[in-house]
This record gives sequence, C-alpha cells and structure tokens, in this order.
Amino acid sequence: MWAPQYPEGLEMKIWINTLSGDVKTISALNHYIGMKTIEVSMFPEFKYMIYLVGIMIGIGALTAIINKRWMLMIYLSTILLAGIGALIDFYLWGYDYGHNLNPEAPIKIEGMSYQPPLIGTKVLLNFTAFSGPDIGGWIFIGVGILLFALLIYEWKANKIK
Amino acid sequence: MKKHIKSALLLLVAVSAVTFYACKPQGPQAALTGDAAAKVYVAPGKYDEFYNFVSGGFNGQLSVYGIPSGRLFRIIPVFSQFAENGYGYSEESKPMLMTSHGFVPWDDLHHPALSTTNGEHDGRWAFVNANNTPRVARVNLKTFRTEEIIELPNSGGNHSSPFITENTEYVVAGTRFSVPMGDKSDVSISTYKENFKGTISFIKVDPTTGKMNINFQLKTPGVNFDLSRAGKGPSHGWFFFSCYNTEQAYTLLEVNATQKDKDFIMAVNWKKAEEYIAQGKGEKAKVNYAHNVLDESTHTATSEMLKEVLQLDPTVLKDIIYFIPCPKSPHGCDTDPTGEYIVASGKLAAIIPVFSFTKIQAAIAAKDFEGEFAGIPVIKYESALHGEVKKPGLGPLHTEFDEKGNAYTSFFVSSEIVKWNVKSLQVLDRVATYYSIGHLCVPGGPTRKPHGKYVIAYNKITKDRYLPTGPELTQSAQLYDISGDKMQLLLDFPTTGEPHYAEAIPANLIAPNSTKIYKIEDNRHPYVAKGEKETKVERKGKEVHVYMTAIRSHLTPDNIEGIKLGDVVYFHVTNLEQDWDVPHGFAVKGAANAEILIMPGETQTLKWIPDEVGVVPFYCTDFCSALHQEMQGYARVSPAGSPVPLKFSTGVVEETGSK
Repeated sequence: MWAPQYPEGLEMKIWINTLSGDVKTISALNHYIGMKTIEVSMFPEFKYMIYLVGIMIGIGALTAIINKRWMLMIYLSTILLAGIGALIDFYLWGYDYGHNLNPEAPIKIEGMSYQPPLIGTKVLLNFTAFSGPDIGGWIFIGVGILLFALLIYEWKANKIK
Repeated sequence: MKKHIKSALLLLVAVSAVTFYACKPQGPQAALTGDAAAKVYVAPGKYDEFYNFVSGGFNGQLSVYGIPSGRLFRIIPVFSQFAENGYGYSEESKPMLMTSHGFVPWDDLHHPALSTTNGEHDGRWAFVNANNTPRVARVNLKTFRTEEIIELPNSGGNHSSPFITENTEYVVAGTRFSVPMGDKSDVSISTYKENFKGTISFIKVDPTTGKMNINFQLKTPGVNFDLSRAGKGPSHGWFFFSCYNTEQAYTLLEVNATQKDKDFIMAVNWKKAEEYIAQGKGEKAKVNYAHNVLDESTHTATSEMLKEVLQLDPTVLKDIIYFIPCPKSPHGCDTDPTGEYIVASGKLAAIIPVFSFTKIQAAIAAKDFEGEFAGIPVIKYESALHGEVKKPGLGPLHTEFDEKGNAYTSFFVSSEIVKWNVKSLQVLDRVATYYSIGHLCVPGGPTRKPHGKYVIAYNKITKDRYLPTGPELTQSAQLYDISGDKMQLLLDFPTTGEPHYAEAIPANLIAPNSTKIYKIEDNRHPYVAKGEKETKVERKGKEVHVYMTAIRSHLTPDNIEGIKLGDVVYFHVTNLEQDWDVPHGFAVKGAANAEILIMPGETQTLKWIPDEVGVVPFYCTDFCSALHQEMQGYARVSPAGSPVPLKFSTGVVEETGSK
C-alpha cells in the first residue's frame, strides 16, 4: 500500500505459516480507523496450511507415479478448488478485518469500510492498497496453468489418434 | 559651425561621463554569469551530491548541508545544550557535557575531521574540537549523534585540533595557549619562557568502535599551535603543525607576537614517538580529565574521570620534532593529496612557502640545521623549501586541493580564493568572496582523493549579502564551480553559528548507512517500557520514576497521582514506534530544563521538580499524527505529606473522581 507519506510503500507478506513486512506499522496506522492489530494468531490457517500444501505436493507426486489422465483431472480439480478456497478464505478475513471495526475508533467515517482488495488495487482514504500473489501463489498458478495445458495437449493428441 | 562644435563638446562630455561610470568598480552581482542556477538546482525530491559538515563556531554544534543546493538538513548538537531536542538537558545526555570543571554546557567548535581509510573518506565518523574547554568529540555518521567526548588535560585552548592520520590511527589536538602545568601551575605570567609549555595530544582511535583514548602527549616549548595536517602516502607517519608566537609573548600578542620575520612549522615524527613508547620511555603525569561515552543500547551517556597521561619530552627524546622556519605567523598548514608538499600560509606574509617532504627528510639526514629553538633543531628554510608562490594575495589562511595538482588558498584580507599549481607554483585564477573568507572546502580536499568539482568559501563578514536582520546577521558561504579552468561563482547560502572549517563527502558514502529507527528489542535502558503493559510509576524515597510509553496518539500512563511537593520526578519516555520519522516529544508545564525528543525505539528521561500543588499538564511536542493534539496527560501534585496514594492509568474513566 502507498500513501502520500509513504511513497516507498508499506508491505505485508502472508507466508504459509507467518506474516512479514511492515505489519507493525500497518497496524499502528489502522488503529485510527478501528481496525484490529494484525497478528499471526489472527490466522488459524497458519497451523494447518503447511499440511494442506504438503498434501497437494503429495497428490502431485502421486499423479506423476500413477501417470493416468483421470489422476491428472483429479489433481487439476484439487489445485483449482484450493485456489478458490484460498481466495474465499482471504476474502472472509478481509471482510472481517475491514468491517469489524472498534466502535471507539478515533476516526469514524459514515458508511466507510476498509476491506482490502481481494486481488488488484483499491483506494482506501489516503492509501492505495494492492493485493496480489507472491512467489508461492505464482507457483500454484503456474502449476494450474501447466496442468490445464497438459490436459488440452493430451486431449488434442488423443483426438488426432 | 559653432553649433556643431557645441554639440560635439556636449557629446564628448556625455561619452566621457558614461565611460567614467563604466570604469567605476562594479558590484558583486556582475560576477554571476551563465548557467549557475541550473548547476545548483536540486529538483524537489532529488538528492544533493555531497554532504557538507560545517563547524558552527560559537554555537558549539556541527551543521549538515547539501551541496550543491546549500540547503541545511540538520544541526548536530555536540558541545552545546540544544533545547530543540533535549541534548544536554535529558538525563541521558547530560553526562556528555561533563568536564574536569563540572558540567560545561557550551563550547566553540572550529574544525571537523572526517574519518579516512588509506587516506580516503570512509564515511564512519566526524571528529570535532571544542576550542574553549579543550575537548574532542566523535560524531557517528550513521546516527548523526555525538557518541563520545574526551577532555584534553594540559591544554590551554584546543584550536589546533582535530587532525587525523591516514587510517584514523590517531586524532591529534595541539594547544593554542601554552600554559604552566603540573606542580608549576601557580606561577607568574611573566615566567612564560621558563614555565609555560605546549602539548600535542595523540588520541588513539579504535578501528572498529571508534572509541578514543589519549595514548600520549608531546610536551613542547611554549608557543601557540594553530593548525595541522597529517602526512599521507610517503609522508604517513608525520604531522605538520603551524606555530606562532615563537616570540613567546604573554601580553599584547597583536604586537609582541608579530615581531619575527619567521615563525615555525613543526614537523612531528609520530612513528618515532611510538618507538620510544614501545621502549618504555616517557613519564606518567598526574592529570584530571573527563571521558564521556554514549551507549547506543541504553541510549545513555556515562562520564568518568581519568587521572593519568603519558608524556614524552622531545627535548630529551630526540628525533621526534623539528622546526622549519615559516614566514610571519603561519595559520593553515596543509599537505597536498600526494603527501609530498606542505603548504604553510603566513597570515601576514606576502608569499606562500611550499615545503617538500623529501627535502625535509634529506635536511634531517644531513643535519642541515640553522640552530635550535628551546632545545629543538631548526631546519634551514631553504633546505626544506620546494618554492614560494609569489604575490598570491593578502592574508593567506587555508589551502585545499583538487585531484589535478591544483591548490585553492583563501585570502582573508584581499577576500578571494586563489587557484595555483602546487608543482609550478604559478597562480592560475582568482575569484572574489563576500566577504573576507576564512576556511574553504573542496569535497575530499584534505584526503588523497579530492573530488574537485566545487570549492566552498566560509566567510567572516556577511554585511549586505542577504535581507538585513538587525545588527546580528547570518553568516555567508559561497559555492564555486572549479571543474573548468576558471572558477565560477554559483551560489550564496547562509550558515548558522560561525563556520570555521568544513568537510564535504560524497553522499553515497553516508546515505545508504543512515540509521532509520532504534530496534525496540535492542533497547537496554534501565527504565525502558517495551510495551504499554510494562508502564508503571515507582517511588524510591523522594524520587518518582515514571516508566512511560509514547505511541500514536497517546502517552501511557496519562493520569498520574500521588506526586508530592519535594519529590523529584523522572519521566522515562520510551517511543514504541518502529517506523521511520515518527519521533515523539515530551514536555511538562513549568519544567526548568527543556523538552525531550524521543526517536522510535529510544528511551529518554526528563527530570521535573514540581514547585506547586496542582494538576500539571504534559504533552507530546512533536507533531506525530492526526491526533497529536490529543496526545496529552495530567500529573497531580499534592502537598508534602498528603495521603494521596501513587496511582497511574491510561484510558480509565472514573465517574466520580473525588478525594
């Protein structure tokens, strides 16, 4: 996110099991509008995310071993479901973080909520916020695209046969 | 015809009148030509190319400017209290100004010396001198804070200081006034020749921490030391000091110290002195001096008194010092980037002598001496001389160098900078300064690697250069482009205090390392509160200690009761912010000192002695946030012996607060 006072930008990275970046500074700024202090404990997902990703890698490996098209379909579906699930989860957290505001906040603006953008850019008061996938997310997206491309290729190759 | 003659005459008168006025000396405005504005314009949001560390003279501070814009960025408090941020007022910084005379809250800061490695700027520390109560301070160029101050015993005014060796092995400090010392300190002033001695202190600098300690002192004949430079390259291992008052006058120096045709440059072989020390030579003298150090993790300075200093007497231990005659009260004594040439500027001399290090060595080897002065050999002038710059100007003071073999000398009396070639000694160019220049600065000028793009003049007289501000004026500096053959005036800029020497350094040696915040987890202040849960108020007899935190936009605790008249209250305020440029300030109504500014992650303490019963407001003084004006609190002061219990809170609302 960027603001007139933060031309260099403030960043929060969500990892598989933790947060990094300017989390403290973001919390310090957001308390004025009644948003919660962002802490690792806010995200119960961090406790089991590592297992979920482990399972996904396992299914990937299994797909390679089984080497059948139906398994490929199952793997692609899992990746897609996981992606949609992650987006819904992040949306729900963002909704709560942006709407569930402290009624005693120093700054209250009628009708204003501060849900961060799901993906892309959004202007919130003096800040321009941007959300997007980082390396981990891009790997997931890459895997999905590869799987999809593979299926189409297989499908075309079969058709020619 | 007559008419024609009449008109011709009229025309002649008119023409000569115009010619006459054209010949009238022009104002300084005429000197500014061409694209000067573009050369000093640093667009909004862009950075200057150089940092300029400028001494503040009688303000006791070091100021930081950008070059080429001439913009003032910061004043670093060093030897004087600074109410603006609480330096010298906060409990943590007060020990920094301790001396053998007790708390000395002011001094006269003349010369910065930026640390070097292999003779080139390394951007680590700035050393600066206190002229009046002799001290040397070290400023950390990561935090821009004074980290250490060491007092100099046996010094009667620390003008010839600080000057550093090629790898910052030593910082030296020569005394301006010779004084009687030790057992013979209570003597008649008229016994100057017999009892008065000078000292040169060699302060060893720890290569990793920068910590200073006085390794040894040279006890010299009684004269005045003015300025100095270390040798470099081939002359590394030597120091050159200008000396005046070799007449050894003790009254009306204006007349009595200007009688001789020549005073001296004193050449010091400090490697030789080290050899003698290694052999166990020298004597421990009983002294008393303060050494003050700031601990960055406790954010607190401590002061200790030291009692001993090792002294070497060069009249007994030969081969440490030699005198070289130098015309008329030498002031500046500057070594060129090659280390071969030593330029000595006699304030009252009509020439500038340039000495050769090779020739000095040859003269010493051949014992080419003209005699002795107070037991020290005096090398023959001609034997040490490379040559003289003829008719350079009036009142030469200081010389800086570029990387092309040229020297730039300031002339106080003729108010100009003169460019000349060090080898050929030919004068190449001259420009006027406004007015009466003292020191001058070429970025990297005293190092082995000058950046000869600019020269900056620091003037002693300002007069009409800016809008008038009554009898007391700002000081004036001028920036000149020296990248071409002709020096070109670019800019006038005002400076604070009275600048003496200054150094400029490429910004990229400092800016990337600049500290942004102090990490709260590294804070080891004994009264830190690392979070609001750790805030408290404790009573220790008559002392009340408030462990307070500041974060946008409240102080914790902000309601304090149970303070009694006769108590001494210490507000230990920790700034919990961990974001760049979010300081908080703290001030209490009626406190008899100053405010304190607390940087993110830091703890600072304001002492307050309540003097009347009542409820006393306190607040944040640094506009920190949209709710800065809400960042306030109350301390209740009750009569001595009152039963009001010690109580503190933030955000607790009691409907009926009685008692």
